[in-house]
Amino acid sequence: MKNPIIEVHNLTVSYNKRPVLWDVDYELPPGQLIGVLGPNGSGKTTMLKTIMGLIRPDSGFVEVMGKKLDEVRDKVSYVPQRESVDWDFPANVMDVVLMGRYNPKHMFRRLSKEDRELAVAALEKVNMLPFAERQISQLSGGQQQRVFIARALARQADLYLMDEPFAGVDAASEESILELLTGMKAEGKSIMVVHHDLQTARNFFDWIILLNTSLVASGPVNEVFTEQNLQAAYGGKLTVLSQIADLVASKAFPLREKGLQDREKL
Amino acid sequence: MNEFYTILTGSLVAISCSLLGSFLILRKMAMVGDAISHAVLPGIVIAYLLGETREMIPMLIGAAAFGVLTTVLIELFHKKARLQTDASIGITFTFLFALGIILISAFAGQVDLDQDCVLYGDIAMVPLDLWITDAGLNLGPRQVWILGVNLLVVLAFILIGYKGLFITTFHEEYAATVGIAAGFWHYSLMSTVSLTTVVSFESVGAILVVAFLVVPPATAYLLTEKLPVMLGLSALFGVISAILGNMLATWLDGSIAGAMTAVAGGLFLLTFLFSPKQGILMRLKFR
Ligand SMILES: Nc1ncnc2c1ncn2[C@@H]1O[C@H](COP(=O)(O)OP(=O)(O)OP(=O)(O)O)[C@@H](O)[C@H]1O
Ligand SMILES: [Mg+2]
Repeated sequence: MKNPIIEVHNLTVSYNKRPVLWDVDYELPPGQLIGVLGPNGSGKTTMLKTIMGLIRPDSGFVEVMGKKLDEVRDKVSYVPQRESVDWDFPANVMDVVLMGRYNPKHMFRRLSKEDRELAVAALEKVNMLPFAERQISQLSGGQQQRVFIARALARQADLYLMDEPFAGVDAASEESILELLTGMKAEGKSIMVVHHDLQTARNFFDWIILLNTSLVASGPVNEVFTEQNLQAAYGGKLTVLSQIADLVASKAFPLREKGLQDREKL
Repeated sequence: MNEFYTILTGSLVAISCSLLGSFLILRKMAMVGDAISHAVLPGIVIAYLLGETREMIPMLIGAAAFGVLTTVLIELFHKKARLQTDASIGITFTFLFALGIILISAFAGQVDLDQDCVLYGDIAMVPLDLWITDAGLNLGPRQVWILGVNLLVVLAFILIGYKGLFITTFHEEYAATVGIAAGFWHYSLMSTVSLTTVVSFESVGAILVVAFLVVPPATAYLLTEKLPVMLGLSALFGVISAILGNMLATWLDGSIAGAMTAVAGGLFLLTFLFSPKQGILMRLKFR
């Protein structure tokens, strides 16, 4: 692959000696919307944290834009899972979004007018500008999530890693944020999103990573969304499997024929 | 004049402690000051054994070093053994305190100190220890100068480091993804706390220090959801506690540190009952 935005090679990560990512290896094309799918506990959050340098892998390595993360940190923006912070913290929405503008090289300098303008623009994009002065403890879950997205946008990065940015976000907001992400893609940004809804994932992402401790598949959406792959990722979970079967059946995609052919061969 | 110095001493301690304590309670490490107050014992004994003096400076250095060690161990157990911070605080300070006691009993013949007299001062004594230059100039109590310098250090640290403290207190992990050295900010804060607690116990005793680290920030937390306001309010509550506490002590003819601590607790109770936002009475009224 030419100029991959993220390269992950032979990555193994464990907590207390128990591996939760096992020999994961892939390269991702730039300028795409990339979905990361997998059941709970399949290592999605761990993978994002490892890419962001928060967890040290047992083996393997990660390169972002062909470099070590530290060299390109300014160009990378991360949205953590919402539950990872204490929302009773005394801060307002603007304070949190402005954190996206913090730069380790200028920690002792005050934020500039431009920083504030970028934060305002980011809030506007997620329809949260009217809440700019609201204390974060007084937000609903979906609004908190949008504040986190705004903070990531304010960073003006080229690569975005988002951990379940749509958890608890209502359908209308989800759609407007998805549109926003599509617009960012058109500007050449790369966006990697951990997501749970297979339906939107299939309609929306260009590239899919299917994860279940080891890498099940990584590739263009039509190639990855096969029954076989989904079964390998989610296998054994009856309800999920039947949903996936419905999903595959309800879509007249070429891959369905491929799926049928596979089945006839059996 | 003595009364003025008592209030000034109390206020200097109150402002330093409540500013730092605000960050501690938001980091869920409120009791770190209490831990340090016990855990510095081995540092003092070792300084005494090495220097064979009861000079203040080596003892302060020994105490401050063990204060920092305490925070390092707490962080180590919390991060590496994945223990809750409160458990990690408990383990660390009981262990270090015990080490101090063992050292004292092992060297019983040589060590003539107990931490009550060496480490824990009494605020009532502060005005008596005057700093008089060789030329005979009276500069006021020595402790006031030490505590004043300490307050300047604390103020400078918080003003200059506000952004770093803010982002790492809100979310260390996010700060790290932006490239901010979360460990640097953690240990800078903890070292400042360690320095402040050590010089403060030495002047005013342990209870008052632990109280000022926790109570005024907790009171302010009930009243505001803005960090800068919380910092300002907690400093204000600290100073009010020092002033009213001194009055109370005079009136009762009792312990000054005890009275200041009691006033701080009383202010918390009043806020808990009457605060417009979270107060119990307000909640009952609108139910
Ligand atoms: N801090 C931790 N210590 C120990 N084990 C952990 C830790 N964090 C995660 N794990 C384990 O690692 C595995 C992967 O967790 P991870 O959070 O990466 O999953 P995930 O795919 O993001 O799941 P979800 O969809 O629920 O968010 C899980 O089995 C989890 O129990
Ligand atoms: Mg997760």
